[in-house]
Amino acid sequence: MSEQESSVVVNAWSNLRQFTDARIALGRAGTSVPTAALLAFQLDHARARDAVHLPLDMALLQTQLTSAGLESLQVQSRAHNRLVYLQRPDWGRRLNAESVSVLEQRVAAALSAEGVDEGVLGADERLWDVAIVIVDGLSSQAVQAHSAAMVSRLATAFDQSGLTLAPVVLVQQGRVAVGDEVAEVLRARMVVLLVGERPGLSSPDSLGIYFTYAPKVGLTDAARNCISNIRPAGLSYEQACGKLMYLLLEANRRGLSGVQLKDESEVEPAQMLTSVNRNFLLPKE
Amino acid sequence: MAYQLDLGSMRYRFADLRTLLAKATPLRSGDVLAGLAAENAQERAAAQWALADVPLKTFLHETVIGYEEDEVTRLIIDSHDAVAFARVAHLTVGGFRDWLLSDAADSHVLNALAPGLTPEMVAAVSKIMRVQDLILVARKCEVVTRFRNTIGLKGRMSTRLQPNHPTDDPSGVAATLLDGLLYGNGDAVIGINPATDNYQAVTRLMCMLDEVIQHYRIPTQSCVLTHVTTHIEAINRGAPVDLIFQSIAGTEAANASFGVSLSILQEAYEAGLSLKRGTIGENLMYFETGQGSALSANAHHGVDQQTCEVRAYAVARQFRPLLVNTVVGFIGPEYLYNGKQIIRAGLEDHFCGKLLGLPMGCDICYTNHAEADQDDMDMLLTQLGVAGINYIMGIPGSDDIMLNYQTTSFHDALYVRQVLGLRPAPEFESWLMRNGIFDDRGRLLSGGQLPAAFAHLQVQ
Repeated sequence: MSEQESSVVVNAWSNLRQFTDARIALGRAGTSVPTAALLAFQLDHARARDAVHLPLDMALLQTQLTSAGLESLQVQSRAHNRLVYLQRPDWGRRLNAESVSVLEQRVAAALSAEGVDEGVLGADERLWDVAIVIVDGLSSQAVQAHSAAMVSRLATAFDQSGLTLAPVVLVQQGRVAVGDEVAEVLRARMVVLLVGERPGLSSPDSLGIYFTYAPKVGLTDAARNCISNIRPAGLSYEQACGKLMYLLLEANRRGLSGVQLKDESEVEPAQMLTSVNRNFLLPKE
Repeated sequence: MAYQLDLGSMRYRFADLRTLLAKATPLRSGDVLAGLAAENAQERAAAQWALADVPLKTFLHETVIGYEEDEVTRLIIDSHDAVAFARVAHLTVGGFRDWLLSDAADSHVLNALAPGLTPEMVAAVSKIMRVQDLILVARKCEVVTRFRNTIGLKGRMSTRLQPNHPTDDPSGVAATLLDGLLYGNGDAVIGINPATDNYQAVTRLMCMLDEVIQHYRIPTQSCVLTHVTTHIEAINRGAPVDLIFQSIAGTEAANASFGVSLSILQEAYEAGLSLKRGTIGENLMYFETGQGSALSANAHHGVDQQTCEVRAYAVARQFRPLLVNTVVGFIGPEYLYNGKQIIRAGLEDHFCGKLLGLPMGCDICYTNHAEADQDDMDMLLTQLGVAGINYIMGIPGSDDIMLNYQTTSFHDALYVRQVLGLRPAPEFESWLMRNGIFDDRGRLLSGGQLPAAFAHLQVQ
């Protein structure tokens, strides 16, 4: 379309796009979205739809973890494929029987390595301070892109805080709550779960972290803390790690997690301190 | 008590009212997931027939979740207004549908009836109503609420301006906020979903929104959609809190999974009232709900998801909210599988909420793992506009870059206002005209230049 023919009103404030990825200043045709913006949206929706169904390459992820010096185990939820996974969240929250025995065998091996008879370990005794669980969730792209680097950073932070780490567990077709079962079977005191968040139009690669103190099957979201939107254009690995360590150390001190544990960290996210961005709607002080 | 129906050679039997309600519900994936749905189309039709014969009075003595085990049931039974109910006390569910559609049930009569209805009565009648019935009856209801403006008047439709940003960056929030205002959005609330529950971040956003509203004298209210206990803490620390937000559900156990109870909500409501920040009214609670939340928390007690949803409205009603929003397509395909299920659920929620006297809005939305698209949203948007929805969401280009879902855009509000002749809240509309955003006939001015009130914002 030539300029002369255009019925589109262009907005004078399109330079505000430098401040956000939101679809602002689209202009309008009548009062409706102009053609170019409409078609761009449709393309992004098509990409996000396709991303939901992309399978996670577990073998590649395990190789990356091994390179980072981390042991990992691969298990599966009770949802045996993606179609079932999308319709049965209850199955995605639980491990299948075979996976439970894989983890139980690993626990037995750990006990035997320490020369401890399993029967001697009290019901409340824990083998590890923290278990890290990685699940594909609704964006395998996010997990593939970010989880190895994020786990590697977390492992270092745990080590520096003197916390012991269980083998990393990768769950196929998993949902958030499956982490509680993994940690319960592993006899870990806390669980940190990394999950691919459902893809947005502009962010198909967003990773979430969920944290539970004293994890066990049957807990609800009220017992968990969440850190969302970890991706290059969102929260950095460093920021996410900082937030998690604050929550985790507080939880460890107070013996709880979830709604009773608030992120009261006085430490500002680095971006807030360094950013020149401010609310330009108000006059300068 | 069991219910049964003979149809031809088949005898259908339903063990109790809870089962009958579930089997009579139009098909949705969440009830299948819960194992509550009718086994086939004929069983569903039979259940609807049997349900139509149940007297409304039955719902007062046969509860779907026990009185002793659930505080929401206790709230429903204890707050029931028998005097208001008298007008329809003689009716069955089927007779109630006929009466609602008749001229006898006008706006005034429905308004007076609301406290006499229980969520289960309303859910029951909605299950035997078609889409056009849900629209026609809801359109007769008028639920008006006030804080700094008047929301829900006939012929008006408001919007929540939702300037979400993935890191709560002040300039990012401000850019979307300005875009929304310049497209005539934001009269229901300017409401941000914060990226974290961190006190500093939440309080900073509360202050920012308050300063913008005061500086430009915008007749609207702000809200940062954080947990209700964070609101209470923010109020204790002196933050400028207009509306208090909380997600709620229809059972005590589901609310517990959200970390709330009726007493916590009461504490928050009283804390909000103590600030006296409303200029023309005291409605200050903002609730969000959605079919499937109770099942998602494994707290549905064998009750179908639509009935659970309507029970959440009994919780909302207790606190005289400014806004109630059913976030209909956010929960995902395991509860509402596709566009057809989302559309019907949105219309049911709006109808049921309005009949119970609530200021219903709808987050007309879907996620990228649902079988739905923009065409489905256009259908629901248009139908809710006709049905008289109090407000919808407003997001730039339908894309929420923080919550990763698609909801209605600033442009969508202008579309539905244009085709249905709807206008913003009167106080906000006057502000739009005074500030050169709307012309004197309520149409958008050019957009090719910044209006005078914002001309100083030319950003380099």
